Amino acid sequence: MSAELDELYQSIILDQNRRPQNFHKMEDASGHADGLNPMCGDQVTVWVKVEGDKLVDVSFVGQGCSISKASASLMTAAVKGKTKAEAEQLYEDFHALVTGKSDGAHLGRLKAFGGVSRFPLRVKCASLAWHAMKAALESGEGTVSTEPHAP
Amino acid sequence: MSVRGEAASGAALVPRADFPLLAGDPDLVYLDSAATSQKPMVVLDAIREYYTTSNANPHRGAYRLSGAATEAYHSSRERVARFLGVADADTLIFTRGTTESLNLLATAWGRANVKAGDRIVVTRMEHHANFVPWQQLALSVGAEFKIAELAADGSLDMAQLAKLVTSNTKVVAFAHVSNALGTVNDVKGIVAIAKKVGALAVCDGAQAVPHLSVGIDALGVDAYAFSGHKMLGPMGIGGVVVRRELLEAMPPYQMGGDMISRVGDDRTTWNVLPHKFEAGTPNVEGAVGLAAAVAYLEGVGMAAVHKHETALGVLAAEKLAAIEGVRVLPSGAARSNGVVSFVVDGVHPHDLSQILDAEEICVRAGHHCAQPLMRSLDLAATTRASFYLYNSVADVERLVAAVGGARKRMGY
Repeated sequence: MSAELDELYQSIILDQNRRPQNFHKMEDASGHADGLNPMCGDQVTVWVKVEGDKLVDVSFVGQGCSISKASASLMTAAVKGKTKAEAEQLYEDFHALVTGKSDGAHLGRLKAFGGVSRFPLRVKCASLAWHAMKAALESGEGTVSTEPHAP
Repeated sequence: MSVRGEAASGAALVPRADFPLLAGDPDLVYLDSAATSQKPMVVLDAIREYYTTSNANPHRGAYRLSGAATEAYHSSRERVARFLGVADADTLIFTRGTTESLNLLATAWGRANVKAGDRIVVTRMEHHANFVPWQQLALSVGAEFKIAELAADGSLDMAQLAKLVTSNTKVVAFAHVSNALGTVNDVKGIVAIAKKVGALAVCDGAQAVPHLSVGIDALGVDAYAFSGHKMLGPMGIGGVVVRRELLEAMPPYQMGGDMISRVGDDRTTWNVLPHKFEAGTPNVEGAVGLAAAVAYLEGVGMAAVHKHETALGVLAAEKLAAIEGVRVLPSGAARSNGVVSFVVDGVHPHDLSQILDAEEICVRAGHHCAQPLMRSLDLAATTRASFYLYNSVADVERLVAAVGGARKRMGY
């Protein structure tokens, strides 16, 4: 169990949790969305700035566990500068990684979240900001929830 | 039941062997009894016994077996009512639990008695089950909805409550014991405030009945709700005790079989208590299991249960507070039960519970279904350890040691 815990809490995740990147509001965003996990009360807001087809800036604020915060932080770094299509592909690839459907060999630093797949209850934590980012790209604004039928 | 240990020795109050889940995993430290308790073998045996000897639909068949099921259900109600200090057993309505009990009151009594311009008062420490039904009732009829705040020590601000309970107040809904903080409220004091204006005093006893000798009749409340699964009984059974005059005057909650007296083409009359409020085939298995649970608790003695878990709660709070970066939330003027809520600087409760889980320690992390309270404390979540009769000083020590290593584990 402890080895699995070491795999979950890799040092890059602990570092990103303590010192998250792009952790601020964005005044000139083209879209934003809130992510809520009503089971634990965690919440995140993700801002995106799209120019043409390109995601030129991404930021987030919120409160949550180390997994959700580190995931949001590394997500902003990973999708910045990508096209919308590339960002959405990353979303799919990341989801496959944390649900154990892929080893994420091509995902660079995001690969650190591979340990999440051993803890099914934490998949929602890792995915929260990604859902919000996708919603912000798709609709410009909104709220997404980890619970499909939550209020 | 086997021989009981003494709390003073640091041992559990009851043998671990009485609880098959705990006996099957000797290293497990179960500290989430405020969410649900583990079940003793005698409860599981009673349920099995019912299904193997007496199962039929009660109140229906004229055959002997149906009579046995009816008797099992009826005698369970009497047994549970006696445990609760309720003389009139037919005023104990069996429900799925506290949540359904409170919804029954807010719906059946509330819709008939609360009008536009009336006021409903709840407290800041309510579980969502005693908050949302009243908030939504107020919204739907146009009543005022007011929240009595807490003092800095986590106790209810009784002076502010008294001011909020104005002459147009129809309901004062409050917890006997807070599930998130462990605060024990002055029930009689709150009832006195409600009675001054003729408001209904509704008490959520989900966290009290498993741990205290409650004596509902003597409290003077109009309605008192509880859950069986937090007091060694099975899930899906609980109840609400309501003053007889209120039950007789209010409309039914759900309609169907069992709750009717005569069904005409145009109108229907209701059955006598308690059946008027128990539509459909009842949860006989649950009632039988709950009766076995209260018999077990009485065998131990509720005074001993309360003393034991309070000793563990006080010890845990003291030892946790001594760890660097740990803040234990206040629980009223003096801690008097086994609920200990705390936060660890820099370590999110979700991460903490994951770290504890790796050492087979089960605690609750989250908002404890008390978001209005969490907002007022400016916290998204806390970690809660809750102790019961099967916990020991060794469990406290395991918890404290694991929490002590958590900040380092998270890179601080």
